[in-house]
Amino acid sequence: MSAHDSAIVGTRSKDLTPAAWLGRAFGVLILIVFALFFVVPLLWLLIAPTKTDRQLLLEAPFALGDLGTLIGNWQSLMTFQGGLIWTWIGNSVFYCVAALVITLCISIPAGYALAMTEFRGRKLLLVVTLIVMLIPSTALVLPIFLELSAVRLIGNPLSAILPFSFYPFGVYLTYIYFSTAVSRDLLSAARLDGASEWQVFMKIAMPLSTPVIALVGFFSFTGNWNNYFLPYVTLPGRKAPIQVGLAELLSNVPAFNPTNAASTTITLSALALATLLAIAPVLLVFLFAQRFLVSGMTAGGTKE
Amino acid sequence: MSTIEHSAATAAVALERPSKGMSVERAQGRIGVLFATPYALFLIAFGILPALYAIYLAFTKKGAFVGLDNFLKVFKDYRFWPAVEHVGIFIVVWLVLLVVLVVTLAILVHSIGLRWFSGTMRFVYYIPGALAGASSVMLWLFVLDPTVSPVSWLLQALGIESFVGAVDASRLPIVLAVIAFWTGAGGWIVIMYGALNNISKDVIEAARVDGAGPVRIAWSIQIPLMRKWIAYMVIMSFAGGTQLFVEPRVLAQASRGVVGQDYSLNQLAFLYAFKQNDFNGSAAISLVLLAVAVTLSIYFVFKGGLFERA
Repeated sequence: MSAHDSAIVGTRSKDLTPAAWLGRAFGVLILIVFALFFVVPLLWLLIAPTKTDRQLLLEAPFALGDLGTLIGNWQSLMTFQGGLIWTWIGNSVFYCVAALVITLCISIPAGYALAMTEFRGRKLLLVVTLIVMLIPSTALVLPIFLELSAVRLIGNPLSAILPFSFYPFGVYLTYIYFSTAVSRDLLSAARLDGASEWQVFMKIAMPLSTPVIALVGFFSFTGNWNNYFLPYVTLPGRKAPIQVGLAELLSNVPAFNPTNAASTTITLSALALATLLAIAPVLLVFLFAQRFLVSGMTAGGTKE
Repeated sequence: MSTIEHSAATAAVALERPSKGMSVERAQGRIGVLFATPYALFLIAFGILPALYAIYLAFTKKGAFVGLDNFLKVFKDYRFWPAVEHVGIFIVVWLVLLVVLVVTLAILVHSIGLRWFSGTMRFVYYIPGALAGASSVMLWLFVLDPTVSPVSWLLQALGIESFVGAVDASRLPIVLAVIAFWTGAGGWIVIMYGALNNISKDVIEAARVDGAGPVRIAWSIQIPLMRKWIAYMVIMSFAGGTQLFVEPRVLAQASRGVVGQDYSLNQLAFLYAFKQNDFNGSAAISLVLLAVAVTLSIYFVFKGGLFERA
């Protein structure tokens, strides 16, 4: 944003005819209305855990509650089945971090191999990667479940970690990154200096690939953290990650299940708090990595 | 990231290819295979084998080949065609919402001269992308329940008196589309914004000098030049939409059966596997869905024009 830009904007708005000015104002209005649409539910979610259910029902939606109520809601959520929510969150962390490590260890070298080396089957691997990458991951959930139950892995943490670690989009991103951002000349120069292929990768390519490692890591982690369908079918009960746990909590909320006579109940406010906890890690990454992500997304998508 | 830069990069890469010692090439080939193998194994284990196994299951019963029997059975299931219809209506509503609003919002955001404003807008649109899966549906349970909703006045204006009313069959496709739009539109707006940035400023300026207004420019220049990306969004979203699962599942749980356990095709495939213990039927439905996704994907890879390098 420079003074130059604002100068252009300035002269333009002065030149506008009344009709054009109205048009522009209308455009801004639409943008703001949609901004509200996207942000209001989230704001509400930040406020809801500070209120009791009664306050949720009776008070204005954006009136703040108080800290004491927040603590009360926190405690009631934590005591639900002996802190089951932490088990779920711990499971999510375990599955997603394990999958993240495996994903990076296999995708980065694979992307490098596809972009920077020649081997038989390279083209085929690339095309299959593209095709699988564009298939929604949910399309393979039931087939993967059927396969895993044939090899008796259902209920084993591997039944989430291994499928989570297969991330063709990460390989594609790495491939694009190496083939556009890293010059082959650089690698050839290192080879002329007597570096082995392994050294070329470790000493030249790896240090240059931090941005793409971060990007693949981010997409893999958030995608897996939010994944519901696969762990829902492969890891039931106490082994479930938080997304599946959240839906489980829902069945203990009397407001949504009046016929349910479960002994331990969850209030609406506690459910809102649980939702907030479930999204907190991803939301924080989003907020802090904003600029980086937005550029990364276009880089991942922009392939002219 | 302009087309020109890209082609320059490609040309540079291409020029520098030949003239290498045989041994270097072989060493490169070796490390290429070494690096690609672990990934290729995952691709086989969790991409190709599951599909092959689903094919095997879908055409057999207790290990014996039964031809199309499993498919005929699920097609005759009284729940199958209604599920197709539900998913179809949802997809139509969602795609219309996506195309119209994403393109409009991207063009509007792009037309804003104030960078901080356009940046903030894009960011705000993008944040809900952090919520996907069960958590976004969970949040929308609250938004759709008039007793606690932050926009209960709006729900009441639309004639929605209760949560069950909000997810009534007549409204459900719209509700599902709105949830999906809320979660996913921001990412697409950012991508479309990137595509708009790739359009040369000279073209736009020339049109403006010729007296074209913003609407005319959007309609005759920007939208045609965004075509590839719009097609990408439509195809990806169509493929994703056929997979509808988590939204109706969570809504079913919260709505006392107003939303069915068998609302979508994936839910039905799930019921076959988990309630009826019929893995063959489940595989048949999954295979139909997978075939749609693979067809769209292959079509797009070869015809979409976004992946020419490959």
